[in-house]
Amino acid sequence: MIYREAGQFKTTYAADQAIFPILQDRIFVALAVVGAFVIPVRFANEYWLQAVLIPFLIYALAALGLNLLTGYAGQLSLGTGGFMAVGAYSAFKLASAFPALNIVLVFLLSGLVAALVGVVFGIPSLRIKGFYLAVATLAAQFFLIWLFNKVGWFVNYAPSGTITAPPRTVFGVMVTGPDAAAGARYVAALAFVAVFALIAKNLVRGRVGRSWMAIRDRDIAAEIIGVRPLRTKLLAFAISSFYCGIAGAELVFLYLGSAETLAFDINLSFLVLFMVIIGGLGSVLGSFLGAAFIVLVPIFLTNVPHTVGLNLPVALAKQIELMIFGGLILFFLIVEPHGLARLWQITKEKLRLWPFPH
Amino acid sequence: MSVFQQVLIGPLKDIGSNPAFFGEVVIGGILAGMLYSLVALGFVLIFKASGVFNFAQGVMVLFAALTLVGLIERGAGVWVALAATALVMIVLAFAIERAVLRPLVNQPQIILFMATIGLNFFLEGFGEMLWGANVKKLDVGIPDRSFMAAGMQINQLELSAGGIAAILVVVLAIFFQKTRIGRALRAVADDHEAALSIGIPLKTIWVVVWSVAGLVAIVAGIMWGAKSGVQFSLSLIALKALPVLILGGFESVPGAIVGGLIIGVGEKIGEVYWGPLVGGAIENWFAYVLALAFLLIRPQGLFGEKIIERV
Repeated sequence: MIYREAGQFKTTYAADQAIFPILQDRIFVALAVVGAFVIPVRFANEYWLQAVLIPFLIYALAALGLNLLTGYAGQLSLGTGGFMAVGAYSAFKLASAFPALNIVLVFLLSGLVAALVGVVFGIPSLRIKGFYLAVATLAAQFFLIWLFNKVGWFVNYAPSGTITAPPRTVFGVMVTGPDAAAGARYVAALAFVAVFALIAKNLVRGRVGRSWMAIRDRDIAAEIIGVRPLRTKLLAFAISSFYCGIAGAELVFLYLGSAETLAFDINLSFLVLFMVIIGGLGSVLGSFLGAAFIVLVPIFLTNVPHTVGLNLPVALAKQIELMIFGGLILFFLIVEPHGLARLWQITKEKLRLWPFPH
Repeated sequence: MSVFQQVLIGPLKDIGSNPAFFGEVVIGGILAGMLYSLVALGFVLIFKASGVFNFAQGVMVLFAALTLVGLIERGAGVWVALAATALVMIVLAFAIERAVLRPLVNQPQIILFMATIGLNFFLEGFGEMLWGANVKKLDVGIPDRSFMAAGMQINQLELSAGGIAAILVVVLAIFFQKTRIGRALRAVADDHEAALSIGIPLKTIWVVVWSVAGLVAIVAGIMWGAKSGVQFSLSLIALKALPVLILGGFESVPGAIVGGLIIGVGEKIGEVYWGPLVGGAIENWFAYVLALAFLLIRPQGLFGEKIIERV
């Protein structure tokens, strides 16, 4: 009933190939985007913006990037943290070397640097695949973190080894640095995510995305029908690292304020990978659902014992959190290997017939 | 020219000028490599028999060591604690087969890999909740003293670790080659369907391999625990076992051993002689880069089966 597309006839090719072919989807997405820009800024308090919404948006962008690589192009990567670090450190270097440069441009340029590094570490993917490739990307993770730790140039020789976000404005509004309001940082992060999600959505349904999926499903067959593996795989690494690099820059500039390499260690790589798996491999929506899930679960787990009057020791709470986290991953893989995005699809199918299923 | 001299000539001159020290470095590397091999062995066993890339092997090592230490701390004798830990690991194998592997039959390998990452988190939280998260000292009576031989300092603990690893490999080899279950395991590794059709129960086989991997994890846990204390960082050695696997090939028991030795020795020599040139601490990534360089030449590893692809 709610999702019935009966009566929605498509009379042009343009209408047939629209991103959201169903009217209800278009209304829903438009409402969601407008709501996301308006409601939290007006009503959410500092805690919600800082602890939930900003990290959610940043992780969603990183998950989107990894999903393009792992979900669409089928190249398993454990180097996400390293690529995000590249974005963060190059944004820091660019912002401190060219103070006059617009911060948006800084983010985009640091994404490009990350893309370049991603291509370099993606070269082995031409010869190796699967688990071997996953281990190879671990080399990127450890090497890059070590590099940023060892070479003082990357942190402008700061003795503490941390990078801090300098104060910068966009359209006269302070968006980074210690004085930036949470609302402004939220809107900046949201704008980036919205634009890049739209680009990703268009990428994956066009020529590029289709060649990625062909490589993912059967690479030799794809090669035979004329998909060039070299270009396709390296493009996947480049675009994925571009997304991850921007997410890394945002992580420092819009969320943490200052960070050292510890923020980008192997755990971050796994965290983003979980978002992609739990959300759904090969789904743009899934990246958002997975990021929301991973951001919300720890908050939920720390707050629930408090509200029911249970005061767990910190260590115990942490361990229970780990167990539930691991358990949930197992649960989702067993119940729905295609992730939360698939659950949403099933709901949609149900809603077509509801409330008269027979 | 000076760079060339710094990178190539200098370290080699150091090696030549003090061969005893070089010997110490190599022996240290071999022993560290033995320990990597022990962890890698657990990976290989499970991968061979079920095609599952068990990311949780490192945490199984931690879990086994934690259980052993916890039991000893609560007054159990060393042998009793060992037997009880072995039992716990076998029960764990049953539980994993029942709760994780069976529902995920016929899923792609990548899903199973992710499942073991989930298992990794679960076991880590579970182990620490049961036994506490602080660093514990593991003492099962292996002497930890150094002695001199041919001008080189050798640690008794590391020596016995090497010995035990060697014994374990021999026992495993006999188990695989000579026993009925071992033959069944090799059959399953060769071809699942063919093995099923001649009546080998796949579920039992899985429990057996996971149990054997659990027992190997106990040995690895004892060795690492005695060397550096039982703590969370034990689970990180799993990551170090990955380049070992790549070097040796995922399917090969001898490959795990040789790969471990190459990584152990290469890492130590690289750190001692070339590390200072770039500011040290290259041990963290050296193994990966070594493995990566190796992969470009031989994608299936030293002893891995040649990958033949069909459309």
